[in-house]
Amino acid sequence: MTRPLRASLWTEWTIALRFLLDNRMQSLLILLGIGVGCAVIVFITALISGLQANVIQRTLGTQAHIRILPLDEVNRRLPLAGDALALDLESPRAQRLRSIINWQEVRDLLDRDPQITAVSPVASGPAIARRGVARASVALVGMQPERYLQVVPVDEDMLAGRFEVAADQAVIGKELARELGLAVGDKLRLDAGDGRDTVVNVAGIFELGVRELDARYVYLDLKLAQTLLDLPGGVTVIDTRVRSLFEAERSAERLARLTGLKAESWMQTNGQLLNALSSQSMTTQMIRLFVGISVAFGIASVLAVSVVQRTREIGILRAMGSPRGQILRIFLLQGGLLGLTGSAAGGGIGWSLVQVFNLFGPRLFSIPVPADLIPLAMLIATASGVLAAAVPARRAARYDPAVAIRYV
Amino acid sequence: MSEANRQILRLAGIGKVYNQGEALENRVLDDIDLRLEAGELCSLIGPSGSGKSTLLNLIGLLDTPSDGELYLLEQPTRQMDDAGRTELRNRAIGFVFQFHHLISAFSVLENVLMPLIIRSGKPSRADTDRARGLLAEVGLEAFADKRPTQISGGQQQRVAIARALVTEPPLLLADEPTGNLDSRTADGVFELFGRINQQFGCAILVVTHDPRLAARCARTIELVDGRVVSDARNR
Repeated sequence: MTRPLRASLWTEWTIALRFLLDNRMQSLLILLGIGVGCAVIVFITALISGLQANVIQRTLGTQAHIRILPLDEVNRRLPLAGDALALDLESPRAQRLRSIINWQEVRDLLDRDPQITAVSPVASGPAIARRGVARASVALVGMQPERYLQVVPVDEDMLAGRFEVAADQAVIGKELARELGLAVGDKLRLDAGDGRDTVVNVAGIFELGVRELDARYVYLDLKLAQTLLDLPGGVTVIDTRVRSLFEAERSAERLARLTGLKAESWMQTNGQLLNALSSQSMTTQMIRLFVGISVAFGIASVLAVSVVQRTREIGILRAMGSPRGQILRIFLLQGGLLGLTGSAAGGGIGWSLVQVFNLFGPRLFSIPVPADLIPLAMLIATASGVLAAAVPARRAARYDPAVAIRYV
Repeated sequence: MSEANRQILRLAGIGKVYNQGEALENRVLDDIDLRLEAGELCSLIGPSGSGKSTLLNLIGLLDTPSDGELYLLEQPTRQMDDAGRTELRNRAIGFVFQFHHLISAFSVLENVLMPLIIRSGKPSRADTDRARGLLAEVGLEAFADKRPTQISGGQQQRVAIARALVTEPPLLLADEPTGNLDSRTADGVFELFGRINQQFGCAILVVTHDPRLAARCARTIELVDGRVVSDARNR
């Protein structure tokens, strides 16, 4: 008595398709609606995720994912006896430049960590750069290039010269070069105070695109920086790069516990950016949700009208021996078919819009369309089509055939 | 029991009450006993409101009786669930309605095939050949690929009759099949019923309010106020 599933599916598929083709104008209009909705979702998703990836890449192109720093120096308190009450007047201590104790061990530990892809110890501190009578305050960054470039690839942003540091060579930013009138090969005096100064040649000029960095960073050999900053053999910070960007905060907490040092993730130092990105994501989600809902309502209302229009035909199908389940599936299938074809067309339109944007848009950055975006959009649209069809389909299946046949 | 008088349908004390137990209780059918044997051509007449259509809906398993038991192909049907009734309806009964009710999204030939499509999916070549044969029988072979909207009312009704016959049902139910047609076309339809009855040997029960057409059937049952008032053999 149970009919074979394949035969039943063929029947339902055929009737659903014919019903849709029979109401050609109605079907076309709702397909257009689904298509436009889906195109908007695909375009806006690609645009926003492209934009965010770009912003994150630019931001993190110039800084470490996690920085390991020595703990701040704090005033010690005398332990108080029992229930004694203390009123403190505390003047916070000045944070002098100091080295991470046993940084070689910390570095080796980080080198072995599977979450961390690059580790670079850095000796960094303030100095004055002078050329003739012009001066500028700068930040000395002493590092080992083969390690440091793994963390921040400055060599990709060179304007002139090469990223080479040695006992008498330094790399400076574009703004500093402009301010002091320096070109590659020129000499620059660096004065770190207390009579510690040296003269270096400018080996290269970089432009990271962040004004503050381009104006202040002076890259030096680690040894030279240690000498200038009076930190023999020491480093002030260990810069690292992690495998998964958005796990950085959690990794930082873990590293802080592991090393007993201070660990700052990029998420902490760029809180505002992260906030902006997440509210942008939320806005996109909202737009997608509401477009999706209105598309689903469109499908539901078209099918509701169709069910009423076909009341008699549903009655006749029932009278000829079509079970309730078959009627239900005929209308669910129609919803799914509308969602599928509409979203396929919409996905195509959305993809084309992205290409048009890439070709003729402001060209600030290129948006990639993630490979799974369109199939995913189609899957969701088809599922919501079926879901939207549920209410009209149930009504159709519940029609009393004796009444439906006489429906005028 | 010989094949000729094999029982197709038996109604035992059938009653139908709408709004049972409420203020507007409406008893439409009362204590109906009827038998229909294989190959009978029978008309059901009566004034409007006498319960003809309700009775036909009960026999067609489109509705359930309030009292009594209805045996179709000797199976009691009252306790059947919807799925069982639907399956039995597909197998045992062909319907012809007043407003032909073809499905506009399908061609004439596909409409004839529809009960088979519902039952077992894609029609076989043999099914299609039989449907074409039935269309030829009702004189509409040339219209097989037309849409129902492209043919006349009388032609649509003949397509509906071909459709009702495609499953070779032992019982054909027709509810005012000529109510919507002019008298010459109506004559043609009744002639067709007579021929089908002879040729396919299926029992036919036709509801009509036209006594002239009813008289062309071998047996006439008259219904007044929900009761059978006469059950006579003509000629």
